[in-house]
Amino acid sequence: MIESSLLVFIVGWLAATLRVATPLLLATIGEIYTERSGVLNLGIEGIMFLGAFVGFATAARAEAAGLGAYLWVGIVAAMLAGLLTSLLMALLTVTLGLNQHVSGLGITLLCTGLAMFGFRLVFGEQAVLPRINPFAQIVLFPGVPILDPLLNQYLLTYFAFFVLVPLSAWLLNRSSFGLNLRAVGENPEAADAAGIDVFRMRYIALAVGGVLMALGGAFLSLAQLGAFSPGIVAGRGWVCIALVIFARWDAIRAMVGALLFGGVFALQLRLQTQGIGLPYEMLLALPYLVTILVLAIVGRRAPYPGAYLKPYRRE
Amino acid sequence: MVLPIITLKIERHAPPGWIRAFLPALAVLITFVLTSALVLMAGANPLEAYYYFLLEPLTSRVSLLEVLVKATPLLLTGAAVTLAFSGGFWNIGAEGQFLAGATAATAVGLAVQQFPAPFAIPLTLLAGIMGGMAWIAVPALMKIRLGIDEVVTTLLLNSVALLVVSALLNGPWRDPISQWPQSPEIASAAILPKLVPRSRLHLGFLLVLLIVVLLGITISRTAFGIRLRAVGMEPEAARFAGIEVWRVILTTALLSGGVAGLAGAIEVAGIHYRLIEAISGGQGYTGIVIATLSGLNPWAVLPAALFIALIDTGSQTVSRALGVPVYLGEVIQATLLLVMLAVLLLQSYRIRLEHK
Amino acid sequence: MRGIWKRFGSVVANRGVDFDLRKGEIHALLGENGAGKSTLMRVLYGLYRADAGSIAINGTPVSIRSPRDAIAHGIGMVTQHFALVGPITVAENVILGSTPHLRLNLSAARQRVTATAERIGLSLDPGALVKDLSVGQRQRVEIVKALYRNAQVLILDEPTAVLLPQEVEQLFNTLRRLREEGVSIVFISHKLQEVMQLTDRVTVMRAGEVVGSVDTSRVTSSELARMMVGRVTFSITKPSSLSSSQSQVALRLEQIRAKNNKGLLALRDLSLEVYTGEILGIAGVSGNGQTELAQVIEGVRPVVSGHVYVCGQEVTNAGPRRMMDIGVGRIPEDRHESVVGSMSVAYNMVLEHLTEFTRWGFVDRRRLHQHAEQLIAEYQIKARPNDPIRTLSGGNIQKVILARVLERNPRVIVVSQPTRGLDLAATTYVRSKLVEQRQRGAAILLISEDLDEILELADRIAVIYEGEIRKVFATAEVTPEELGLLMAGLRRSH
Repeated sequence: MIESSLLVFIVGWLAATLRVATPLLLATIGEIYTERSGVLNLGIEGIMFLGAFVGFATAARAEAAGLGAYLWVGIVAAMLAGLLTSLLMALLTVTLGLNQHVSGLGITLLCTGLAMFGFRLVFGEQAVLPRINPFAQIVLFPGVPILDPLLNQYLLTYFAFFVLVPLSAWLLNRSSFGLNLRAVGENPEAADAAGIDVFRMRYIALAVGGVLMALGGAFLSLAQLGAFSPGIVAGRGWVCIALVIFARWDAIRAMVGALLFGGVFALQLRLQTQGIGLPYEMLLALPYLVTILVLAIVGRRAPYPGAYLKPYRRE
Repeated sequence: MVLPIITLKIERHAPPGWIRAFLPALAVLITFVLTSALVLMAGANPLEAYYYFLLEPLTSRVSLLEVLVKATPLLLTGAAVTLAFSGGFWNIGAEGQFLAGATAATAVGLAVQQFPAPFAIPLTLLAGIMGGMAWIAVPALMKIRLGIDEVVTTLLLNSVALLVVSALLNGPWRDPISQWPQSPEIASAAILPKLVPRSRLHLGFLLVLLIVVLLGITISRTAFGIRLRAVGMEPEAARFAGIEVWRVILTTALLSGGVAGLAGAIEVAGIHYRLIEAISGGQGYTGIVIATLSGLNPWAVLPAALFIALIDTGSQTVSRALGVPVYLGEVIQATLLLVMLAVLLLQSYRIRLEHK
Repeated sequence: MRGIWKRFGSVVANRGVDFDLRKGEIHALLGENGAGKSTLMRVLYGLYRADAGSIAINGTPVSIRSPRDAIAHGIGMVTQHFALVGPITVAENVILGSTPHLRLNLSAARQRVTATAERIGLSLDPGALVKDLSVGQRQRVEIVKALYRNAQVLILDEPTAVLLPQEVEQLFNTLRRLREEGVSIVFISHKLQEVMQLTDRVTVMRAGEVVGSVDTSRVTSSELARMMVGRVTFSITKPSSLSSSQSQVALRLEQIRAKNNKGLLALRDLSLEVYTGEILGIAGVSGNGQTELAQVIEGVRPVVSGHVYVCGQEVTNAGPRRMMDIGVGRIPEDRHESVVGSMSVAYNMVLEHLTEFTRWGFVDRRRLHQHAEQLIAEYQIKARPNDPIRTLSGGNIQKVILARVLERNPRVIVVSQPTRGLDLAATTYVRSKLVEQRQRGAAILLISEDLDEILELADRIAVIYEGEIRKVFATAEVTPEELGLLMAGLRRSH
């Protein structure tokens, strides 16, 4: 067994990358479903935050009440919160056809406000952050060098990388659900004329998106941190908006992008502890700047879904 | 028993003009009804809570002045966003432009120690305008030259601005005296004088009022304003009519960014006298709320911003008096935004519930 | 279909319409623009819901609330704007909406698509992306798609509007094959000649009502024309043109090359000249560069090479402002894209010349208002100056555009599809105004899909095909056969 501090550093960094990338990947895939149907959901930041809070608060209450599976109760509650919120977004943008940018921002503001309101209401004003016992990580290959520390992840991480990504890739490209979804996002008039229910498709896409986004948020509070704080999401939602474009609305590329962006986040955490002189904010800014650069290069030729941002009305 | 199926049918139908004036009132009413559920959850009486929200701040001189203080930057961010949206430039980046303006103003404010006030203040504020313009320039140019949607680019730069501020405050601008992440105080010459002694209301408030009025006149009465609106509503028709669309978009964007940057500068020079991490606290996004509430009518920005400032102040009053978490204010603002959006539909559509 | 009523706001598109379709027949639905033919069929296909009336298939009453219902009842529709999704393949487009299982078997789908196409004698590449196909090919995909879903009734809405003459013949053969298979076809058209050639029965509609249904074999085209229009059409009397010694070249295009929105060459070394006091009509099947030609002269489309001269001055790639300043009046193809819908009539009237109504940067609202009232009176526009222009009817919007262009007495007028979608009164008004301008000495370039319009108004006709001018001749000298052949690209001028 070759032990070198560099190898240890790299493996540790990669393991952290998988962890850090999980909420990004979950929310990005969710937003990909949504945007492929032609809707931009800027509520993503708020939904992640609300998911983190609802998951945490529910789990904390359930733990206090003595429920054994309190963490899973929290997960379910978070997903429900994401579902309800995205259905509200669907009502506004799909049924009423309101401006998607402003509606999405409104949802973010609403969710953030609700979560903070709920936080104060449930936990009051405390100096110390409330904590719970978070999910435990699962080691896939105990004892095996490199793989032992690398594949020492939460269940949700395995789910995101090994289930969600391939499933979504197949769903989007090789299933009739995916075909209908893409048609609705490219040319809703054609989809309508072909007998596809455009509204229903968009509602479903938004719902799936909302559930995954909330799940991403819940991961932060129930797995990674075991706590809730006002800064728990801190702009990850916006990173995901960038990631969707970076991934060009494709599930596999989303995974690559999440790993890249997650790797940068994880690296800056590690470098900070090593005491490297670089202002860590520069690294944190990297994903945003890179995406802007990518946008500038790919430009108008980016394969935005054809009906992106346009509400659909028959007649 | 056959369940009656009710469908929502939306048809184009222009209602009589007087309805327009009632729409905001309707939105406010619906919002308060919806949010009373939260008040009840906090164990308080909704009517009592809304008294503390809306009326109590108006009863004392101190809180009334505080409303005006809070409204000062909001008037500008609201006007900045209204201007941009009217011109079809979806400026989601007012938050970042605010921060950029605050940063630039701080930089100049720290450097003008030797200057007399009549020079220092305009320089500082000008720096704020330049900072905001610089921050919107890249997305604007990307839109004009490369045809890239400005929503995502302006949005992402918000996060970058926050990181820049954080890097400065934790690094070169860290206050050497207190060692907290805040900048040293700017030169006293650059500080905006108070309008009302022993309050926080400063000269910036008057300046802001002036700017909002100027912007209103520009949008509604000048040829530039007509072109701006034409480009915002139908860019193809504007191009056909010989309007240089790219020039209008660029001017609109720079103007919008500059005004948002000025808001940041005014907050630094008038309230905090230094750069702090929480210098904005979401006022750029609140600007979007205000712009929507005013239905993109520049004259409605004044009442809309004042109303939001009132809610901001009121949420603290309610918190102190009834123990309802102060974040209710944010929830009310967000709900108001969404309800207003929906209610604005009634301007051009009629929603019918059909029985089938 | 019995007693179908359909209203859009205050406009009644279908007034108590009865319509019968027999099995295995090709039935034409004939009428002018705005007669209600498309609306009726959209009701049948579930895209619109009728306000009153009933539909029965094979004697059984059915309720059709969406295209899904229509498809389930064996009704298929090919619209003028194809309902196809560009970035996916032909096979995916054909099976769109007919995939009950979650799993897609794309190779089986491809085989079935090819087989279905061959059944009616068409060849299609199932793996091609629809956005790469030509217009004629896309139409074929639409037909195969309807057939794939076992359509027993096929509705085609103005299918030949976008086809070349030989493609039209191919389409007719396909439709005849379908008829042999027992498919019933509704053929919506305003082209008499095709209806006479192809169909078994004709139902004529006018202003939302059915005028009559007859067997095609038992009726003449002039009888049908009379049913369509309701009275004998009167043509505008055209005074003789100015004597040739007075006229000069007002607009000259020299070897123009320009690209269309897809980056392909739409105009190839196109040259033409328009003289003062004449109307030069551009005849051709839509899609041969007319749109791009108009846009070049309007100043909104740059040329890759070549020169444009107005009254001797070079204005190549000068932009819309310069074109207007030098005296080019532009009446564009899509009137809705050249006015700002939410803005008032008054503002729209001056949008092209805002600086003339501003002082120190401020708009002189009083003068603006007066100006609008003046034009409204002069051009008999049914509107008030402060009305948002989108509340006006198509005809009145066109009048506003005419007003703002013609009041400046342009030397050159480029006008595209001026009477598209207008009723008879508005059409007559617009055409008379153009003739009036011609008398005034303007040089008019008239681009129209309506061949009758060109034959009626133009002094000379230039045939455009694939971005080139094939031949220019005086209207008096032209024969329909030669026109048709040139429009199909089948004969050159030399």
